[in-house]
Amino acid sequence: MIEAIFFYIFSAVLILSAAMVVSARNPVHAVLFLILAFFNAASLFVMLGAEFIAMTLVIVYVGAVAVLFLFVVMMLDINFAELRRGMMKHLPVGGFVGVVLLIELIWLYVTSQIDPSAASRVASPVPDANVITNTHALGQVLYTQYVYPFQISGLILLVAMIGAITLTLRPLPRARRQNVSKQVSREVKDVLKVIKVETGAGVE
Amino acid sequence: MRPFEAPALMISFPELILAVLAMILLMLAVVGQKENYRLISRLGVFALIVIATLLFKSNPETGTSFGGMFITDSFAIYMKMLVAIGSAVSLMMAGKSLEREKIDRVEYPVLILFSTLGMMLMISANDLISLYVSLELQSFPLYVLAAIQRDSTRSTEAGLKYFVLGSLSSGLLLYGASLIYGFTGATGFEPIAQALHGQTAVSLGIVTGMVLMICGMAFKVSAVPFHMWAPDVYEGAPAPVTAFFAIAPKVAAIALLARVLMGPFGDMIGLWQQVIIAISIASMVLGGVAAVTQTNIKRLLAYSSIGHMGYALIGLAAANRVGIQGIVIYMTLYMLMSIGVFCLVLMMKRRDKVVEGISDLSGLAKQQPMLALAMSIMMFSMAGIPPLAGFFGKLFIFQAAVSAGLYTLAVTGVLTSVVAAYYYLRIIKVMYFEDAAAGIDKSEDTGLNLILIAASLAVVLFIVLPAPILNGAAEAALSLVQ
Repeated sequence: MIEAIFFYIFSAVLILSAAMVVSARNPVHAVLFLILAFFNAASLFVMLGAEFIAMTLVIVYVGAVAVLFLFVVMMLDINFAELRRGMMKHLPVGGFVGVVLLIELIWLYVTSQIDPSAASRVASPVPDANVITNTHALGQVLYTQYVYPFQISGLILLVAMIGAITLTLRPLPRARRQNVSKQVSREVKDVLKVIKVETGAGVE
Repeated sequence: MRPFEAPALMISFPELILAVLAMILLMLAVVGQKENYRLISRLGVFALIVIATLLFKSNPETGTSFGGMFITDSFAIYMKMLVAIGSAVSLMMAGKSLEREKIDRVEYPVLILFSTLGMMLMISANDLISLYVSLELQSFPLYVLAAIQRDSTRSTEAGLKYFVLGSLSSGLLLYGASLIYGFTGATGFEPIAQALHGQTAVSLGIVTGMVLMICGMAFKVSAVPFHMWAPDVYEGAPAPVTAFFAIAPKVAAIALLARVLMGPFGDMIGLWQQVIIAISIASMVLGGVAAVTQTNIKRLLAYSSIGHMGYALIGLAAANRVGIQGIVIYMTLYMLMSIGVFCLVLMMKRRDKVVEGISDLSGLAKQQPMLALAMSIMMFSMAGIPPLAGFFGKLFIFQAAVSAGLYTLAVTGVLTSVVAAYYYLRIIKVMYFEDAAAGIDKSEDTGLNLILIAASLAVVLFIVLPAPILNGAAEAALSLVQ
C-alpha cells in the first residue's frame, strides 16, 4: 500500500517534470526540471531494488551531465525561442506518429506472451537481494563474464574523446602555455638585480 | 567460467593486435612535437596490412571466445580481410587530397583504425551486447570523419546529420534488442536460436524486436527506406572520407545483417524474408531511378551504392548457401569497383580546386585517354556488362534468387540494372562525346594512379582468374549456412 503511494508520487512528478523540460520558456528552468526528473527516476530504481543504477543516475546524470547542460545554457548565447519556433508546425505530424507508436506498443505488450522457458535461459540471473546486494552482483559479472563489452565501451569512450578534441580544439598561436623546464631552469641571478640606490640619484 | 583461457583469447588475436596498434599510433600522434600525418598514415596502412596477413594465416575453424560473445569462422575471416584491405587502400588513397584540403590531421588514420576495429568486431558479434557495442565503435569515428573539415558548412552538416540519424537507428536497434531479450531471456545468438527453434507461433514481441533490429541494421547499409542520410553525407563529407564510407563499412554491415538473420533468426525465415525482399526491391528501384537526375558525382555514387546494396540483399533474401556466396562475391567486387571509381573522384580537381560535377568530366577522353579508359571500365563493370567483374557479381546474385524461387526479385533486379546502366553510360558519353570545357588537372599522385591501375586490371582480369574469390566465398558461405 505505502509502496504504491510512493510509486505514484514519484511517477507523477517524473512525468510532469519531463513535460516541463520541453515546455519551460526559460532554459535554466528546463535544466532544473531535468534534474528533478532524474532524481525521481532514481527513486523509482531504488524502489525496484536496483540501487546501483539509481546511484549512477544521480552521480553521472545529475552530477555531470545536467551541470554541463547548465553551463552550456548559461555560457552560450543560444536563442531557445528561435530553436523552438517550428515546434507548433511539426507537432500534429510528430504527435500523430508518437500516438500510433504508443498504441502499437501497448497492444504488443497486452497481446503477446513471454516464453515460459525464458527464465531458464537468462544470461545472468539476478541473485536474491537478501543474499547479495545488487551492486555486488553487478561487480561479479562486469569484469569477468562481460569483460569484452566492458573493454569495447572503454574504446568507444576513447574514440569519443579523440573526436571531441579533433572537432573543437584549435591551436591558439598567442596562447601562453606553461613551460616547466624553462620555469625550473630559471635562476635568481638572471631575473633579480640588487641595486644600491644613492640618495637623490634614482635608478639609472 | 574462465574467460581468460589462452586458446580462447587467441581466436581474437588480430583484433587485440589492431586495438593495441591503434592505441600506440594514437600515443605516437600525441607525443610527436609536430603533427606528422604522413608517418602516422603510413604506419596505419602497415598495421592494417599486418592484420590482413594475420587473418589470412588464422585458423578458419569455427570457434567462440569471451563467453560466447565473439565468434570466428571462415565467413568472419573472409569479410574481415575485405574490411582490413579496404580500409588500408582507402587510407593510402586519402593522403594527397587530405593535404590539399589542409585536413591532414594525425587523428585521421587513428580514427580509421578504430573504425576498422569496430567493423571487425561487428562481423564477429555473437551476442546482442557485443553487436551493439561494436556497431557503436564502428559508427563513432565515422561521424567524426564526416565532419573533419570543420571550417566547411557542408562537411559539418554532413557529420551532424549522420550523427543524429545514426543515433536514431541505434535507438531502434537497441529497442529491438531489448524486446528480444525480454521475450526470450537470452542475449547470446545461440541461446536465442535455441529459444526460437521449433516454435510454431512466434510471439509478436519477438517479431517486432526482429523487425526493429533489421531497421537499425538496414540504416547502416543505407537500404531504402533508411537511405536518406547517404546522398547528403556522401556529398558533404570530404572526398577521401566518402571513399572510406563507400568501401569498408558497408561490407561489415551486410556481414552483420547476414549473420543475425541466418543465425539466431534462422528459423523465422518466413517472417524476415518478406521484409528483406521489400527492402531489396525498394533499394534497387530508388538506386536506379533517383540517380538519373544527379549532377554531382558523389551524390550519384551514393544512389549507386544504395542500388548495389539492394542487389546484395537479394542474396540474403534467398537465404541459402548460394545466396550467401553471392553476397560475399558481390561485396568483394563492389569494394573493388568503389576503390577504382573513388580514385577518379579524388583525382578530380581543376587548377588545384576540387570539382565534383559530372559535366566537369567532359572531354576527358581527349585530354587523358588512359584515365577515361579506366573510368569507362569501372562504369561498364558497375552497370554489369560482361565480361567485366561487375557482371559476375550480379550473375551469382540472380542465380541465387532463381535457385530460391524468387523470380520477382530476379526480374526486378534485371530491369533496374537496365535503368542504372543509363546513368553509368551517361558518364562515359560525357567523357568521350562532349567537348571539353576546361578539363581536369593531370594527377601527380603516383599512389593513386597505381591503385587505379590495379583496380582496373582486377576488374578486367576477374574472368581469367576468378578462383581465389570464388573459393573463398564458397568456404565462407559454407561456414555460415550448414
